[in-house]
Amino acid sequence: MAKINLIQSINSTLRQEMEKDKRVILLGEDVGRNGGVFRVTEGLWQKFGDERVIDTPLAEVGIISVSLGLAVAGMKPVPEVQFDGFSIPMIDQIYNHVSRIRKRSQGKYSAPLVLRVPHGGGIRAYEHHSESLETFFSHIPGLKVVTPSGPYNAKGLLASSIQDPGPVIFLEPKRVYRAIREEVPEKEYTIPLNKAEVVQGGSDITVIAWGAMQKVVREAVSELSSKYSIEIIDLLTLSPLDKKTIINSVKKTGRCVVVQEAPRKCGYGAELAATIQEGAFLNLEAPIARVAGFDIPMPLAKLENYYIPDAARINKEIEKVMSF
Amino acid sequence: MEMIQFLDPESKVVNFEGFPKLSDGEVKKIYELMVISRMFDDIALKLQREGRLLTYASFLGQEASQIGSAFALEKEDWFLTSYRDHAVWITRGFPLHMLYQYWAGDERGMKIPDNINALPATIPVGTQIPHAVGVAWANKLQGKKSVAVVYFGDGATSKGDFHEGMNFAGVFQVPCVFLCQNNQWAISVPVERQTASETLAQKAAAYGFEGVLVDGNDVFAVYKATKDAIDKARAGKGPTFIECYTYRLESHTTADDWKRYRDVKEVEEWKKRDPVERLKKYMRKKGLWDEKYEEKILNDAKLKVREATQKFESVEPLKPKDMFKYVYETAPEQIQEQMKDFE
Ligand SMILES: Cc1ncc(C[n+]2csc(CCOP(=O)(O)OP(=O)(O)O)c2C)c(N)n1
Ligand SMILES: [Mg+2]
Repeated sequence: MAKINLIQSINSTLRQEMEKDKRVILLGEDVGRNGGVFRVTEGLWQKFGDERVIDTPLAEVGIISVSLGLAVAGMKPVPEVQFDGFSIPMIDQIYNHVSRIRKRSQGKYSAPLVLRVPHGGGIRAYEHHSESLETFFSHIPGLKVVTPSGPYNAKGLLASSIQDPGPVIFLEPKRVYRAIREEVPEKEYTIPLNKAEVVQGGSDITVIAWGAMQKVVREAVSELSSKYSIEIIDLLTLSPLDKKTIINSVKKTGRCVVVQEAPRKCGYGAELAATIQEGAFLNLEAPIARVAGFDIPMPLAKLENYYIPDAARINKEIEKVMSF
Repeated sequence: MEMIQFLDPESKVVNFEGFPKLSDGEVKKIYELMVISRMFDDIALKLQREGRLLTYASFLGQEASQIGSAFALEKEDWFLTSYRDHAVWITRGFPLHMLYQYWAGDERGMKIPDNINALPATIPVGTQIPHAVGVAWANKLQGKKSVAVVYFGDGATSKGDFHEGMNFAGVFQVPCVFLCQNNQWAISVPVERQTASETLAQKAAAYGFEGVLVDGNDVFAVYKATKDAIDKARAGKGPTFIECYTYRLESHTTADDWKRYRDVKEVEEWKKRDPVERLKKYMRKKGLWDEKYEEKILNDAKLKVREATQKFESVEPLKPKDMFKYVYETAPEQIQEQMKDFE
């Protein structure tokens, strides 16, 4: 089996889904001839033509709102927003319409679309190109929020997202776009959009992360592997959340550290901490700890690595929780 | 719509009526700004290749649009720009080394000196347009005579921000000048994909004010159109939209490769309309330019750019805890705690 990176995995999955289902179309800025600024859609315009891989005018609100129209009227749009920061104006349409059209039409319509978002920091990009916005999306009822962490799960999750009957936000960890290579079967497969994955079993402490933070966590805890038995959970989907897997894990370990790149305040980690204490209160041996970005705007590139959680910060928190 | 042009690509004066009144000294000053801006740009590309700048967006080919327009501002006027308008900043006297600093990912490069009325360049396309309308409106409400000029690209005209800003400006008749550099491309997307309108300038009509189309590689046309629009705004006669028809000769940024989507022939054609060469040839005919003068100003520019790179390279390193600064007027407890933890 060939080892491929995330970009190649997403690209081949898009190709596969487009071959299978004529309703699937891609649209966004520079996704056509140029293959996207990260080259995720490379070669697809050449293969599927201008009607299915569409360079749009520069207008994010337009992209998401016409996608709603396309979706309710029979297409399966997969819009791309070029960078996370530019998805923020889209939230109006997502919150007020995309996620609610099923409810608002009393089940008659839904908007089966997948918004692909290159997500998060760590690539020395400009301002507004390194944002972690999963909380904004996860807060919206009616939406699914998916956070692949590597080439293998990206493929199964993207296929499920495209086949899903409702709208999905697909947050691609751009920092590891080319940094992780895995064996990915060519044949289509799906991964359910409500299941977290226990990527490493352990009995002393549970560490939960998603997206780009998975790689950081795996590398960090490997430094502690002789000391503690650490369970790692990759959430894969943030909304809906697989409560059972995380609660069962913490019931077993009694300790938990949650790692997120986004600012700490009201971050997804806060939801996890609340969920875990509701479900495993009597098993907790220590307060649930959060390692997170700070409550400040993402710094410009020179300081971004001081902002993004790293192995030292993660392991310090694990030690604290272990010695509580 | 007719395109305003005074100098054709061969530097022949094709329109004497309304030719802008600029002294020989001012013409030379404009040329010198073009020379130093181009050098700044060239060095930025080199610094980027050496890893000392982040991704960099070159304005090569757009010097006349940026400098010709910025030269028409008065000291008290405001300007708001995108990420490609470095020559506007240079023309308005912004320190060169701070431009390098910002584009190296150091936030201290965003601190605008007290004597300059501007907001930091914006990266989300078009978002600065309604900001400028607000700035112009504030000036009007306070009886100030200053005007706001906002710079953006052809791609930005597709955004709601553009249309909403234009509409407010028309409704409230604010002293704002919309300066659109139509450089034909938004990364890989040609302007025909942004609009089905024949020109961008005609869009102003829908908002009830004047739109003009100028040859963006003719510095006199750009200067004249901007000066007229600023004078008009200052006189309380409302906003103007200016489309500078120009071309981006470089890739979109250093992370881009124009050969993926543009024809070499197209680029070669536009190189023949180089705005700096066009002005230089005109000046030579007028006796304002010779080899000795060129040598002198190249040297001056070199010295200034070298000084800027040296200053940029010798600034005190940013302190990691600086990232906590300026988020609020007074940092709330939560941030103070995080800062303490961090140290
Ligand atoms: C809102 C937003 N969407 C997308 C981008 C990514 N992006 C940066 S520049 C650019 C093209 C802009 O084209 P134009 O407005 O013509 O300006 P130019 O770059 O040609 O100067 C795009 C799509 C962005 N910065 N902001
Ligand atoms: Mg452009």
